[in-house]
Amino acid sequence: METILSVKNLKKSFGSLEVLKDISFDLARGEIISVLGPSGGGKSTLLRCLTQLETIDDGLVAVDGDVLFGDGKYADKANLSRITLKIGLVFQNFNLFPHLSVMENITVAPIRVKKMPKVQAQELARNLLERVGLSEKADYYPCQLSGGQQQRVAIARALALDPEVLFFDEPTSALDPELTGEVLKVIRGLADRRMTMIIVTHEMGFARGVSDRIIFMENGVIVEEGPPEQLFTAPKNPRTRDFLSRVD
Amino acid sequence: MNLAVFKLLLDGTVITLRMFALTIIFSIPLGLLVSVLRMSRLWIFNLPARLYILVLRGTPLMLQIMFIFYAPGLIQGFPFSWQGDRMMAANVALILNYAAYLAEIFRGGIQAIPQGQREAGKVLGLSGTETFFIVVMPQVVKHVIPPMGNEIINLVKDTSLVQVIGIAELMNTAKVQASGNVSIMPYLVAGGIYLGITVILSAVLSFTEKKLDYYR
Ligand SMILES: Nc1ncnc2c1ncn2[C@@H]1O[C@H](COP(=O)(O)OP(=O)(O)O)[C@@H](O)[C@H]1O
Ligand SMILES: [Mg+2]
Repeated sequence: METILSVKNLKKSFGSLEVLKDISFDLARGEIISVLGPSGGGKSTLLRCLTQLETIDDGLVAVDGDVLFGDGKYADKANLSRITLKIGLVFQNFNLFPHLSVMENITVAPIRVKKMPKVQAQELARNLLERVGLSEKADYYPCQLSGGQQQRVAIARALALDPEVLFFDEPTSALDPELTGEVLKVIRGLADRRMTMIIVTHEMGFARGVSDRIIFMENGVIVEEGPPEQLFTAPKNPRTRDFLSRVD
Repeated sequence: MNLAVFKLLLDGTVITLRMFALTIIFSIPLGLLVSVLRMSRLWIFNLPARLYILVLRGTPLMLQIMFIFYAPGLIQGFPFSWQGDRMMAANVALILNYAAYLAEIFRGGIQAIPQGQREAGKVLGLSGTETFFIVVMPQVVKHVIPPMGNEIINLVKDTSLVQVIGIAELMNTAKVQASGNVSIMPYLVAGGIYLGITVILSAVLSFTEKKLDYYR
């Protein structure tokens, strides 16, 4: 299987706090990985390093054959921009632009970044809104939507750039329990279309059902990884066992 | 009160309004510049900006007007002179003073925008400039309109302070005419004019705020 994202010996510190100690893993095209682990373990920082929101200290990161970071330095600007468009990120708290309508939230990047004609971008946005079940809401503003609806718009916004990989950082953690289902359903729909994804989540049942592989992370290291059935029914590492017994 | 006096008061009003407009036009960009310097992490930028804001907000505007107009003439060998252009000195003083207040308002507005907004822009591939103008700036405008409105309304009345360097703006004209004609009318008319300007500005401001009410 073709590797779309390759991470080797990734390191990241905030001051003297070592948050990512030595992270290595590969993600294949079409693969879905869920990242589990206690909070403060470095899951968000990992996604943020890979999406250029935090600077990487050391290691090698390659996206779709292009080196993002290696030999202690970043790729040049043109490459970085190209890589940016290959990875989408859905935030825990959505980060929709409150002053723009749903339609504008989705079309702003395709128009500005991909130089897509406006009419075409709007057509694309309508298709994506239909896919996330919000065809009716194109002209609404984010504050007029529920949290679950906002997160679905955020997913549509990320998809509008047609990324190779989509990251989710606890996409349902900011939602009321009764609203998580609609968001998970949309992500499951993406899984059915074999969208390549890394999902940081505390929704154990969901992770188990949707993932090809689970990574368990704690204190900046990958403690254990494997297929969901194995990891959930027969975790090898005592820390994984401990974590799973605490959350269930 | 005769028509000639009224005419003089109107002339004063024109001067007041012109100062008001010039101050707004120039103090906004200057205030933006000062706020950006103030937010810099480098002390060579933020320290002068802090000092600027401290001094201009920490001393009376009237003193600043007098200082700016008289200082060049009182300092031996000062390389610059107003050449008697009181109007220019008054405008400069008002602009410098209001820029300091606006700088702090802009800083508050810019810092009120959550970091996640910029991060979302970046992840979507927008450049820093695009993110600033498309994502951050429109939201800052909404944040700063109410406090800016307060300053704008203060400015209408603060223009009257320039009478200390002998400019015949509305307040000064009213004072001269009131004592010259031994009449209270010039004061009442001037007060009415200030009030009228303020009422109109308030209406414009609340209209603008309503316009921006379409999102939270
Ligand atoms: N910008 C930052 N500055 C300093 N420390 C940070 C920063 N971001 C995260 N951290 C620290 O890094 C550690 C890992 O955080 P995070 O990646 O958010 O973990 P997780 O997403 O697994 O909960 C935590 O101890 C957190 O306090
Ligand atoms: Mg996190």
